[in-house]
Amino acid sequence: MLRKKKWRFAMLAILPTLAIFAYVRMFPIVETLRLSVHEWNILSKAKPFVGLANFRELFQDHLFLDALLNTSIIAFGVLFLTIPLALVISALIHHRARSRFAGFFETSIFIPHIVSLVPAAMAWKWIFDANLGPLNALLQSIGLPAQSWLFDPPLALFSIVILCSWQALGYAVLIYLVGFKNLPRSVFEAAELDGAGGVRQFLHVSVPMLKPITLYVSVVTLISAFNVYAQAFVLASDAQGAPGRLVRVLVLDMLENAFRNYRIGYAAAEAVILLSIVLFLTLVQFNLLRERSGR
Amino acid sequence: MTGAVLQNKSGAQRRRRRRIANLAADAILFAFGLLMLLPLAFLVSNAFKTPQEMVAWPPTLIPRDPTLTNLVSVLNDTPLLRWIWNSFAFASMSMIAIVATSALAGYVLAKFPFRSLHVLFILVLATAIVPFEVYMIPLYFQAQALGILNTVWGLLLGYLVMSFGIFLIRQNVRHSIPDELLEAARIDGAGELWIFVFIVLPLLRAALGALAVLAFFQAWTAFAWPIIVASGRDAYTIEVGLALFQTGFTVDLGRLSAAAAAVMVPSVALFVIFRRNFVQGVAGTGLKE
Repeated sequence: MLRKKKWRFAMLAILPTLAIFAYVRMFPIVETLRLSVHEWNILSKAKPFVGLANFRELFQDHLFLDALLNTSIIAFGVLFLTIPLALVISALIHHRARSRFAGFFETSIFIPHIVSLVPAAMAWKWIFDANLGPLNALLQSIGLPAQSWLFDPPLALFSIVILCSWQALGYAVLIYLVGFKNLPRSVFEAAELDGAGGVRQFLHVSVPMLKPITLYVSVVTLISAFNVYAQAFVLASDAQGAPGRLVRVLVLDMLENAFRNYRIGYAAAEAVILLSIVLFLTLVQFNLLRERSGR
Repeated sequence: MTGAVLQNKSGAQRRRRRRIANLAADAILFAFGLLMLLPLAFLVSNAFKTPQEMVAWPPTLIPRDPTLTNLVSVLNDTPLLRWIWNSFAFASMSMIAIVATSALAGYVLAKFPFRSLHVLFILVLATAIVPFEVYMIPLYFQAQALGILNTVWGLLLGYLVMSFGIFLIRQNVRHSIPDELLEAARIDGAGELWIFVFIVLPLLRAALGALAVLAFFQAWTAFAWPIIVASGRDAYTIEVGLALFQTGFTVDLGRLSAAAAAVMVPSVALFVIFRRNFVQGVAGTGLKE
C-alpha cells in the first residue's frame, strides 16, 4: 500500500521533467541525426533522403574545412595555454591558502569566467584594436612594430585563443583547487622528509597525482572551446564588418548554412560532426580513466 | 651542543627562506590577479572617457574628466534597458524552471529506488553529453511551430532543464537527508508532497541556492540560442543586442564600452555577493565520478 503510494508520487513528480527532457533534448537530438541524412531546403516541402551525401560534400567544402581547422586550433591553443598555467596558479593559491589575500586571488581569476562573453570580448577588442588599442601602443613604445591583431587571420586566431584562455582559466583553477584540497597530506610530508623542495614536490608529487583532474579539466576545456562562437563573432569581423567572418568557426558555419543558405540537412550534418568530436573526446577521457583504475 | 646550535641556525634560515618564498608567491598571485582584472577595469574606465582620452598612451585607469556622454548616447540609440529586461526575465524564468525540475527529479532519483524510473532517467541524462549547439537548429523549428519565436518563452524553451542540476540535487539528497527521517514522517502519516515541501526542500537550501545562481548565470550569458530565436530588435537579449550593436560602422569604442560596462558591472556585483554559492555549484562538477 505504502509502496504503491510512493510509486505514484515518484511517477507524478518525475513525469513533467521527463516530458520536458523528451521534448527539448531527446527529440531535437534525434531530429538532428535524422536531418543530417536528408536534403532539406527550408523553402521546399520535399525532404529527400540522401544518405551520406551531406557528409561527403562537407569534406570538400572549403568554408567548412576552414572552420574545422580554425576551431581545432582554437581548442588546442586554449588547452595548451590554460592547463599548465592553471596548474601553477592553483598550486600557488593552494600553497598560500592561509594568506590574507587568498579570497582576492581566487575571485580575481574566477571573475573573467563568469562575465558575459560579449562585454568581455569587447574589452579585448579595444586592447587588440590596431589604432586605438594599448597593445600596439605598448609594442611601439618598446620599439616593436604595430600589428593589425584583428584583421590578419593568424593574429586574429591568436587573439581569440587569448580571450578564450583568459575566460577558461578561472574554471580550471577552481577545479584544480578542489583537487589540491583532496590530495593526501602524508605524501607531501614524506617528500619533505626526503628533502624535496616546493618546486620538486609540485613536479613529482602534485602533477602526477592530479592526473585524473587534469584529464577532466582538459576534456571540459576542449569541448567548450569546440563550441566557440560569441568570441569569434565579436573579435573577428571581416573588412566589410561582417561579424565572425574573418575567423570562421564551426558553430558560425553551421548557423550560416542553416539560416543564410537555408540548407538545414547540410547544417545538421555539420552538427553531427561536432557531436562526433565531442563524443570522441569524452570516450578518450573515460578510457584513460578506466585504464588508471584498472591497474 | 654545537650540533643543537647548528640545527637552530639552519631552522631559522629555513624559516626565513620559507617566508621569502611565501612573499614571492603572494606577489606573483597578486600581480597575476590584477592582470586578469585589468581588461575589465579598462572597459569600465573607457565607458567614462572622452574620445581624446581613449587613445591616450599610457591608458588611464581613472578618467581625467569623466563624462556620461557615452552612456547617455547609448541609452538614446538603443533599447538597452529593454534588452537588459529581456535577459533578466529569461534568466529568472529559466532559473525557476531548472530549480523546480531539478529539485523534484533529483529527490525522486535519490530516494525512490524504482528500477524502471532509473533506466529511463539514465537515458535522459545521457543527453547531457550532447552540446546545446548540436541540436539547436531542430529546436528552433520547434519554437517556430509553437509560435514563440522572438518571445521570452522561445528563449526559455532551450533552458527549461539542466542535467547537471539533477545530478547536483541527487548527490545532495543522498548525503544530507537520512532515510529514517523520511520514514518517520511517513509513519506519522505525512503525505509524500508534504514531506518534499516541508522536510526535503528546507534541508536542500544550500544546494538549491548554488543551482539557482548557476542557472541564472547560464541563461544570462547565453549567446548562440538567443541569437537565432530572438532575432527581432526588441526581443534581443542584452548579449545579442551588444554583439550586433558593436558591428555597426558608426559605433565608437567609447559608446561600446559604456554599453558593455552597464551590463557587466551589475553581473559582477551579483557574482561577488553570491560567490560562495556559485563556487560551490561549479566545484561540484569536478566531484561527479
